[in-house]
Formats: sequence, structure tokens, C-alpha cells
Amino acid sequence: MKIGLLINEGPYNHQAADTAWHFARAALAKGHQIQRVFFYNDGVNNATKLTEPPQDDRHIVNRWSKLAQEHGTDLVVCVAAGLRRGLVEDNLAPGFRISGLGQLVEAGIESDRLVVFGD
Amino acid sequence: MTQVAEETEREAGTEAVVKKFMFVNRKAPHGTIYALEGLEVVLISAAFDQDVSLAFLDDGVYQLLKGQETKSLEVKNFSPTYRALEGYDVEKLYVERESLEARGIREEQLLVPVQVVSAKEMAELMEQQDVIIGF
Repeated sequence: MKIGLLINEGPYNHQAADTAWHFARAALAKGHQIQRVFFYNDGVNNATKLTEPPQDDRHIVNRWSKLAQEHGTDLVVCVAAGLRRGLVEDNLAPGFRISGLGQLVEAGIESDRLVVFGD
Repeated sequence: MTQVAEETEREAGTEAVVKKFMFVNRKAPHGTIYALEGLEVVLISAAFDQDVSLAFLDDGVYQLLKGQETKSLEVKNFSPTYRALEGYDVEKLYVERESLEARGIREEQLLVPVQVVSAKEMAELMEQQDVIIGF
């Protein structure tokens, strides 16, 4: 199955960012395809390379980058939501790209399921 | 699209996909950014020729209240945008009756024409959708 993901909450502040990553990994392990992961609202903060959690904690941003590197997963950050929160090309972590909201609507059209992670 | 163009497209097997998208608004217009950024997605989706509808429930019904005044909050009053949705061919706005009643809001206090539906009817509408995005 082709699955699109929408992540609306920031890392560390909310479980949604963790759950989405676990979901993506589990879906890939089952042979599903992740069509795209779209980051919106505070979810754009999952994409900043400036993130530096304490050493005994999980590194949410690097986890996404690794997923993109290993599986070619398309990680898209909303440009407007990113600009509002200071997330621009200069501080984007590897594997992410910045694009418009049309990419979210397209994910809804092209995926068999669009799964939303947030409140 | 003209009928000829439609037929040509069908023959070529390239008929555009039209999915039923429902945007579910559950939060008050101010206090968090969800309502504003949710509305931005709705406006973009209108450009994709999909079958778009909006649902308002819980505190989301406050988004449609007439007479919002945000000057003292120093935040943008984006409520006039709901009136512009018609111009984007987004005309299916469903509001849950139970949510209105629980908050003492009457239909005539809303900014735009809506269809007031019961929670049960709302569930049926959701059942019919291909894509549900909630903010």
C-alpha cells in the first residue's frame, strides 16, 4: 500500500513526531511504500539540523535523515510554515526538502492512505 | 472542461483523480495556529480540483462566529477568509449540531451559510471521504 504521512507537531514537545517515525519504519518493514512525509504546523521543527538533544536521548531529526538515506523517503517541509518558524534551507537537515502545501494535497491524492499525526 | 475534452481524456485513460477531501476543524480560531494554518491548506486544495468539504466540531465551531475582534490580541483576524471560500468553489461546510448547542451558538450567528448536521450524520459524512485531514 502507498501511504502518505502528515506530521503536525514538533519533536520532543509531542509524541506525534515519535509515533510517526515508528509508524513509517513499521510500514516499510511490512513492505508498504511511504509515498511522502509532509511536515506542517510545528512539525517543521523536525527538520532543523541545529537540533542537539542530550546524549542519552533519541535524536529525532537524525532518525528522519537516516530513514530518507536508507529508503529514499521523500521528507517535505512546508515552506510557509517553515518561514514562520525560522526553518529555511540553511538549517535544513540532510534528506529533507522545502516545498509548498500542494505537496500535501498531492500526497492525499496519490496515496492509498494519508495518515495524520498530531492532536 | 468541455465534453469533448472530457471524452478525449477518458479514451486516453488519463482521467484526473478526484478524491473526497474533508478538513476537520476542532479548535478555537485563536490561542493556537491550527485554525489559521488549516485554512491555508484548504485554500491550496481548491486549486487541485478535488471534492473538498469542511467540518466544524468541538471548539472548531467558534471559527465561524460572526463579529470576531482580534485587535486587542494583536493577531490576524482571518475569519473573513471563510466568506471567500465560496469563490474557491469550497461550498460544503458542515457544522455539528451538538457542538453548537453545547456552546450556546445559534446558526444565525455564523459568518457563512452552513449545513448543520448531527454527530451521527457527521460520522456518516466522514465515512464517505477518501482523505480526512484534521487540525
